[in-house]
Amino acid sequence: MIWLVALAQTLLFVIAAPLLAGIVKWVKCQLQNRKAPPLWQPYLNLNKLFRKEVLLATTTSQLFRAAPYIVFSISVFTCAVVPLFIVNVPTTAIADVIVIVGLFALARFFLTLAGMDAGTAFGGMGSSREMLISAIAEPALLMVFFAVAMTAMSTNLAMIIKQLSLNHLWLQPSLIFSALGFILVALAETGRIPVDNPETHLELTMIHEAMILEYSGRYLAFIEWAAQIKFILYAVLFINLFFPWGIAHDFSWFGIGWSILLLALKLTVLAVILGVAEISLAKLRLFRIPYLLNLAFILGLLAVLIHIIIEVG
Amino acid sequence: MKLVLLLAIIIALSSSALTLALHYFPRTLKFVFFTLLGTSGIGAIGAGLSVLITEQNISHKIGLSFPNLILQFTLDPLSGFFLAVVGIIVISVACYGPSYMRSYEKQRPITSMSFFTGLFVSSMYLVVLAHDVFSFMLAWELMSVSSYFLVAYHHKHAANRRAALIYLLMAQASGLLILFAFSILIKFAGGMSFDVLQATKISPTWASIAFFLAFFGFGMKAGIVPLHVWLPQAHPVAPSHISALMSGVMLKVAIYGFIRFTFGLLGNVCWQWGGVVLFIGVVSALLGVLYALMQHDLKKLLAYHSIENIGIIFIALGLSLIFMSTGHPLFASLGLIAALYHCLNHAIFKSLLFLGTGAILQQSHEHDLERMGGLFKKMPYTAWCFLIGCISISALPPFNGFVSEWLIFQNAFQAVTLKSEIMRTLIPVAAALLALTSALAAACFVKVYGVIFLGQPRTRHIRHARDPRFGMRLALGFLAALCMFFGVLPTFTISLLNVIPKQLIGAQLPNAQNWLWLIPITSKTSSYNALFVTAGILAIGLIGYWLVRAYFGRIKLRTVKPWDCGYGGINSRMQYTATAFAMPLRRVFQAAWSICEKTEKTGSETSYLLQINDWIWQYVYLPLERFSFTLARSFSRLQGGNIRVYLAYAFITLILLLWMVA
Repeated sequence: MIWLVALAQTLLFVIAAPLLAGIVKWVKCQLQNRKAPPLWQPYLNLNKLFRKEVLLATTTSQLFRAAPYIVFSISVFTCAVVPLFIVNVPTTAIADVIVIVGLFALARFFLTLAGMDAGTAFGGMGSSREMLISAIAEPALLMVFFAVAMTAMSTNLAMIIKQLSLNHLWLQPSLIFSALGFILVALAETGRIPVDNPETHLELTMIHEAMILEYSGRYLAFIEWAAQIKFILYAVLFINLFFPWGIAHDFSWFGIGWSILLLALKLTVLAVILGVAEISLAKLRLFRIPYLLNLAFILGLLAVLIHIIIEVG
Repeated sequence: MKLVLLLAIIIALSSSALTLALHYFPRTLKFVFFTLLGTSGIGAIGAGLSVLITEQNISHKIGLSFPNLILQFTLDPLSGFFLAVVGIIVISVACYGPSYMRSYEKQRPITSMSFFTGLFVSSMYLVVLAHDVFSFMLAWELMSVSSYFLVAYHHKHAANRRAALIYLLMAQASGLLILFAFSILIKFAGGMSFDVLQATKISPTWASIAFFLAFFGFGMKAGIVPLHVWLPQAHPVAPSHISALMSGVMLKVAIYGFIRFTFGLLGNVCWQWGGVVLFIGVVSALLGVLYALMQHDLKKLLAYHSIENIGIIFIALGLSLIFMSTGHPLFASLGLIAALYHCLNHAIFKSLLFLGTGAILQQSHEHDLERMGGLFKKMPYTAWCFLIGCISISALPPFNGFVSEWLIFQNAFQAVTLKSEIMRTLIPVAAALLALTSALAAACFVKVYGVIFLGQPRTRHIRHARDPRFGMRLALGFLAALCMFFGVLPTFTISLLNVIPKQLIGAQLPNAQNWLWLIPITSKTSSYNALFVTAGILAIGLIGYWLVRAYFGRIKLRTVKPWDCGYGGINSRMQYTATAFAMPLRRVFQAAWSICEKTEKTGSETSYLLQINDWIWQYVYLPLERFSFTLARSFSRLQGGNIRVYLAYAFITLILLLWMVA
């Protein structure tokens, strides 16, 4: 039964991912006094892209054709090991937080390689920038994860969330610092403003879009969907690590229903906040981004130090 | 088993001796030599595995005609593990060699190379088996000298001779430091056998001196920063299969020496030692990868990555020492196992990458990344194998490099249990820097792979490249399969390795017998199941593919020219180059290198010059070189060339000696 719940959880992740992207877009449009597309517009886009024919550049190799499937399946697999609405799922034992960081890195490895495959300047530019950002974001992310893992004395995600939600620890100073650090890393990793703008196709500023410029049709659909999944993964990780109130621990229909309802509410609030933040912030210059991520790293480090010095000793 | 072991060594030695006899029959020579080498590799693996499984040591003594001098060799689990590592790489080199040597045969006889390769391999077997100081140093020096001749194989270029000389100098310096370290132990113990050395206790001060001598001695051979400068010079110069042996295995033999000396012989460790090892490890890992990022000579780049990986191994060893000295034997054994597992993994993926590089060089005759490109379509088999190597070295799941780094992270995570607040805060920082290192390594290998295999060919040579011959393909496939095996099913190996910390530290991992789940401490703390990760990703990929295909129909493809912004005429020079790819990282981490960047305009032409140098080479080694030359020159004034002056020197020396004796 619990494995079925884990499966349901994964499917919910995958299916809800485009919706969250739609909500953010809807909020932004409302705030900018534009006519908003319907919330389910990302589904319509995916549906259209899946049906469309793929334009394949002559210069590309087999890797270019394999990468969308690989990236997509890694993203979906990561969903399986992150608790969504119930904590005690057996799949979390397969991969702990460090493996999750590794899985994100693996997906990015293939995406950046695919970016370089067509042999155009755009792809290389996107890949190079993506690797710059990830190289600095990854240690910061790991520091943040270390800080939260230390409070639970475990790197297993279920254990961490359980500990954080049981002990009502969210007022701990180390958690506040880790939460701030996590937000900065998540903005960078999911390619949101101020690091990357998901809506432009202006060559001087784009990162993620430059990398996938050669993709079209079904391949593009897989990659877009994977990006949306990554976005919802980071959102859920943020909510479940730092605001885990109400998440179900063990299997009960009532608990799960309540948990899903609360989660949907929290995700909507997060999407609104993100939308407001995105229209009020400007994109940073590329060489300013390392400062931002260094700040994230320092925050993570402070969280670890505060935990080690004050909260343990 | 003793017979197998003896046979392995005798075969390796005889392969070397036979080459001299077969000098006039080069074709026979090649096949006989590599067959014997491969057989010895199989023997080494067999002997190594058997001692890891049965935990029964094998000893052998050889008496010499000198009194009190007995060469003692013992195969215990630690040497067995390293023997097996050497064996694995020797086998793949033996598969690879015959086809690879084709390009060398045409230029000059391969007798000397085969002779010294045989000697090199057998000396590595002997180093890990040696059980007394005399035989250890004998084998160690044999290893250094025979590898010098291999580095100097292309001695017609002055630059190669220079690289080989630097290698020999530093190898001798490291040998000297190790000898000093051993002599301190011998002074206290009064014997040369490792058993005697192990049993004696020495004062903490002398132990510290001996430890640091050994650390820098073995570290110099392993390539820690700042003693790494020989490595990026020597490795690219040697033929590729020799680079694989040197980078993949010889550096590991130096690690073996360090582990044997510290964990086996010294015993009582201080936490400060661990702190220093950890610090040097972090510095080596980070600087190694940063220097590698700026390289576009493929073999030099791989050599810098060896420095990085040696740094990672020393991080694990440093953690292990810290935990051992503070009374946490369980975590100490986790660190040691992580270090050993990374030794194995690095040996495999680095050899895979070096052998892959050899295949690329043989086909394209290019060293320089900026002149390659688009090789994926020309040599797909090599490309897939190389991809596996790149993923493994970048420490990405589910391949082998990730497992050992994951273990190191798990070990660093246990720092919370330490009493010392400094260590408790510094170890997480070290872990974060390790994360930075592996992220930078991933960036570097995206660059390498993207520029070599993807995109369009940048030069004409590249267009004629093909996949190499069967033997080379076999070696690449074998190593790539091992990368997957050790990544997906790590628990088999780790449960075998568990006997080593049991003997050296006196503790072992409690949950290592579980074959499916990798559990370093307890299943509550952390667990990793690489098999499920791999199976899950594959299954989801296939299901996704079939579902989309069933629902939306077969994929419709149309090949077109890549998007050129509507201008047309896209060509291979418009691609991102390796330098361009690394440029943002160069700008962010610019303090790590001494960069000289110039743009000059002469008439209508603009030239751009970019030089990136190693700080340490510029500010430590070059002044040292200049100083030693000045010193030598001032001494050379003594040599007037006049026979009467020399006679006077001899006379004065004689008088002085007589005075001292009397």
